[in-house]
Amino acid sequence: MLLLLLGIIVLHVTVLVLLFVSTIVSQWLVNGGQTADLWQNCSSGTIFQCLTSSTNEWLQSVQAMMILSIIFSVLSLFLFFCQLFTLTKGGRFYITGIFQILAGLCVMSGAAIFTVRHTDWHQASENTSYGFAYILAWLAFPLALASGIIYVILRKRE
Amino acid sequence: MSQGAGDSRSLLVLAGLLAVLGLAPTSAIHVYTPREVYGTVGSHVTLSCSFWSSEWISEDISITWHFQAEGSRDSISIFHYAKGQPYIDDVGTFKERMEWAGNPRRKDGSIVIHNLDYTDNGTFTCDVKNPPDIVGKSSQVTLYVLEKVPTRYGVVLGSIIGGALLLVLLVVALVYLVRYCWLRRQAVLQRRLSAMEKGKLQRSAKDASKRGRQVSTPRREGGVKRGAGI
Repeated sequence: MLLLLLGIIVLHVTVLVLLFVSTIVSQWLVNGGQTADLWQNCSSGTIFQCLTSSTNEWLQSVQAMMILSIIFSVLSLFLFFCQLFTLTKGGRFYITGIFQILAGLCVMSGAAIFTVRHTDWHQASENTSYGFAYILAWLAFPLALASGIIYVILRKRE
Repeated sequence: MSQGAGDSRSLLVLAGLLAVLGLAPTSAIHVYTPREVYGTVGSHVTLSCSFWSSEWISEDISITWHFQAEGSRDSISIFHYAKGQPYIDDVGTFKERMEWAGNPRRKDGSIVIHNLDYTDNGTFTCDVKNPPDIVGKSSQVTLYVLEKVPTRYGVVLGSIIGGALLLVLLVVALVYLVRYCWLRRQAVLQRRLSAMEKGKLQRSAKDASKRGRQVSTPRREGGVKRGAGI
């Protein structure tokens, strides 16, 4: 029982860490010495400098989705601990699961919008490839979904 | 000797104080304008200018606006306010397009320019003098006239986040409200059901006791409890 609880919490924290890293680190698009991400474009060549990204509406919506997913995941963790102590025996962690699933959906929509619209604000050249933060975002989506579904199925024991 | 030294020291302090007071700069007049203003072609824009003066706002206050077109080196005077009267440009490029929207008593010296055009791109300078408070720096605002004003950064971001959170909060509150009403209704129904059950039990018990006593007291009839069904 305790092992199950520990496992679930570890999964949730993993999702949270993935979301944070993916939102903050500057590696969504990599192009030689230049990296571009949600918040700034950094170029490390002879001079290392970072400029803020454009104020395109689609970029802002991707930023909003990533921030929303973090907010929902943190709220879900908080609500999980609340429900752990207040839920009746046999009850299900509905609201925790729903918030976690919402977080997963937000990450997915953010990453999808980025994939489709990144040419609007970043001129793609031949050797532009996706950075690891982008991959982490896509990884966070199924994990968040799985975590949310586990919460919905789980029944409170003890 | 010590008395003389004491006298000279106090004299020195007095002189220093006077020097500080005399050399203290009279507070200047401060003029504030936004740094950049964006306008769309054909619409109007408000160039706001506010000032702060340490003196009372007198009748001699004067507010002046100059305009320096983009790429030009000449600064043209386009507006002047003096002795309580605004004087608007009626012969130059802003003929019949400018409007005085300020109130010197409220420390506001703004003007409004209607029907913007691309030739209005440039720098506007607001200068305020409030005698005797005349020392101060004027302030400049750059006007950009564009096809479409770009939305400020963060409007889309903030509205998406705010809207989503509000929606989720609303849905959760609704669900909890519905559940609360449903549970309350269930509790009321449950109470009614248990009361009915109790009434039925009491009635059957009374019938049984009545049948038992019918041999001895045939008179005692009626008086059946009628309040059981409420």
